Amino acid sequence: MKSSNTQIMTEKAGSARSVGTVSGALHSAAKRMRKSWGLYVLLLPALILLVCFAYIPMYGVLIAFKNYRNTLGILGSAWANPWYKYFLMFFKSYQFWPAIQNTLIISLYGLVASFPLPILMALFINQMRAKRFKRMFQTVSYLPHFISTVVMVGLILILLSPSSGLVGGFYKLIGQEPPNLMGSANAFSSIYVWTDVWQHTGWDSIIYVAALSAVDPTLYEAATVDGANRWQKMRYMDLPMLMPTAVILLIMRVGNIMGLGFEKIYLMQNDLNIAASEIISTYVYKIGIISSQYSYSAAISLFNTIINLILLVTVNQISKRLSDNSLW
Amino acid sequence: MAEQVFKNRKNSSGSDTVFNFIMYGLAVLCLIIILYPLYFIVIASFSDPSAVANGYVWFYPKGFTLEGYQELMKQDNLWVGYRNTILYTAVGTLIGLAVNIPAAYALSWKDLFGKKLLTFLFLFTMFFSGGLVPTYLTVQQFHLYNTFWVMVLPFSVSVYNIIVARTFFQSSIPADLWDAAQIDGCGTLRYFFQIVLPLSKAILAVLGLWIAVWIWNSYFNALIYLKDQALYPLQLILRNILVTNQMQSAMGTGEAAQIALRRANLLRYSAIIVSTVPIMCIYPFVQKYFNQGVMIGAVKG
Repeated sequence: MKSSNTQIMTEKAGSARSVGTVSGALHSAAKRMRKSWGLYVLLLPALILLVCFAYIPMYGVLIAFKNYRNTLGILGSAWANPWYKYFLMFFKSYQFWPAIQNTLIISLYGLVASFPLPILMALFINQMRAKRFKRMFQTVSYLPHFISTVVMVGLILILLSPSSGLVGGFYKLIGQEPPNLMGSANAFSSIYVWTDVWQHTGWDSIIYVAALSAVDPTLYEAATVDGANRWQKMRYMDLPMLMPTAVILLIMRVGNIMGLGFEKIYLMQNDLNIAASEIISTYVYKIGIISSQYSYSAAISLFNTIINLILLVTVNQISKRLSDNSLW
Repeated sequence: MAEQVFKNRKNSSGSDTVFNFIMYGLAVLCLIIILYPLYFIVIASFSDPSAVANGYVWFYPKGFTLEGYQELMKQDNLWVGYRNTILYTAVGTLIGLAVNIPAAYALSWKDLFGKKLLTFLFLFTMFFSGGLVPTYLTVQQFHLYNTFWVMVLPFSVSVYNIIVARTFFQSSIPADLWDAAQIDGCGTLRYFFQIVLPLSKAILAVLGLWIAVWIWNSYFNALIYLKDQALYPLQLILRNILVTNQMQSAMGTGEAAQIALRRANLLRYSAIIVSTVPIMCIYPFVQKYFNQGVMIGAVKG
């Protein structure tokens, strides 16, 4: 019923186009829109919010090229002279390299450490034959994901504190002076990355476990008959199954390398580790919200967004060439 | 031939024992690494803070005390924060569902006119944004700064959730249903509310839980857009107790400062327990919905 309907409709549209009248096409478009007006009503709230709080701020990016004054508004404020003044200011600022370096170091370190682990975990979960143990293991490993960032950082501060906590206690046990890990710039990226691994590896494995559950069980049986052991099944059957998912997730991670999250790092920052913990997003916050240099801050985040976008497109393109996996 | 198969079986079962040994060994190690820090906080919250500070507390509480929890009861702003967070979570989750689910449904419609453009409008915001300051100024322009609504309305559209819900609608609502409804003279709106929604309880549960956990746990919007302490959510109050004060109290030295520091630590342990236990208790019961959501998203994301 439906297919014949749409067929007639497309045929009509086709004939209208073949006649070459624009009005015919417009007419059929209007007809289609009228027929499904209810759908536009359903779409409207999300669209309005999207325009107000995503697209209007995009227009607001203009202030990166202006000397923005709150009283004059975006249009009323004068253009910066030269227009790239605030970008130049950032490039020349002594914070420029450290912020970019820290962002990249923490991001790449995080990528290398935390990307393969969920895959490994899913491979093992998939091999677990003890049903109840498997379920318990999954429940426990997802658990830390639900700890809020604030509590997570609170936990880190407590456990690593030299005066109390696990690290302090351990060093006292072996009779040595405990180090102040949170006060050390060298330890910062490791603490950040490995606590992230602790918190999210289990959760991130879900998507791979889901992909593995799609493997046809008769394939395993066939492999067993052929004498494959479980290492071989994991290596030659399961791992290839995961590659498409892994590539897509990798593209998204790489595309977001400069967009390193604000929440956790900001809370972990202190005067002693700031040399390693000041990243672009925390710098944007301090410049923009705390010291109200609106145009300067907007320029920094625009620069960052553009780098991100270029990275994403590049990686996606490379992946398309090499493996046929791509976001679009 | 049969012998060959048999031999291979025997070999593989031998290596399977090694495999199992390694696998379950690693799994138990993982469980310990995940659970022990959490367990430590629990026992520390019931222990004499000096015993914790001196490294005597490892496996069970020493010098049992409820002082931390008693101290916590007196922290009025913590309970105000708790109330605020419950309100933000309840209202925010409702708004989130009301905004994202219908939009996802509309975008799942096969021959929606302008579907490509509309989908692009949503997806584009995942990869490009105005950035912190322009968004901040926009929120101010809409007079939402430092109001209840800024916590629940402006950022309720989640493109990721829309994609997940759209995939759900595409894969689990049969197209014949619409044909049948259409014959009965049912419009798209009535069809959505009376037929599609009752069939979509799973996705409502999944997204509802995701949104609720996200609102419960995040502090960024509150940090940027709220000024009045009376509006602060739990996480921002916790930030003061757990993080900001930690930096300050680390400064003092001497006997009195040490005692104050230990009491502050005790308060921290119990604050972590009190703020995290609700989610930890509810979570195992709703776990299957969370997993379902990830799997729906995994089909095509």
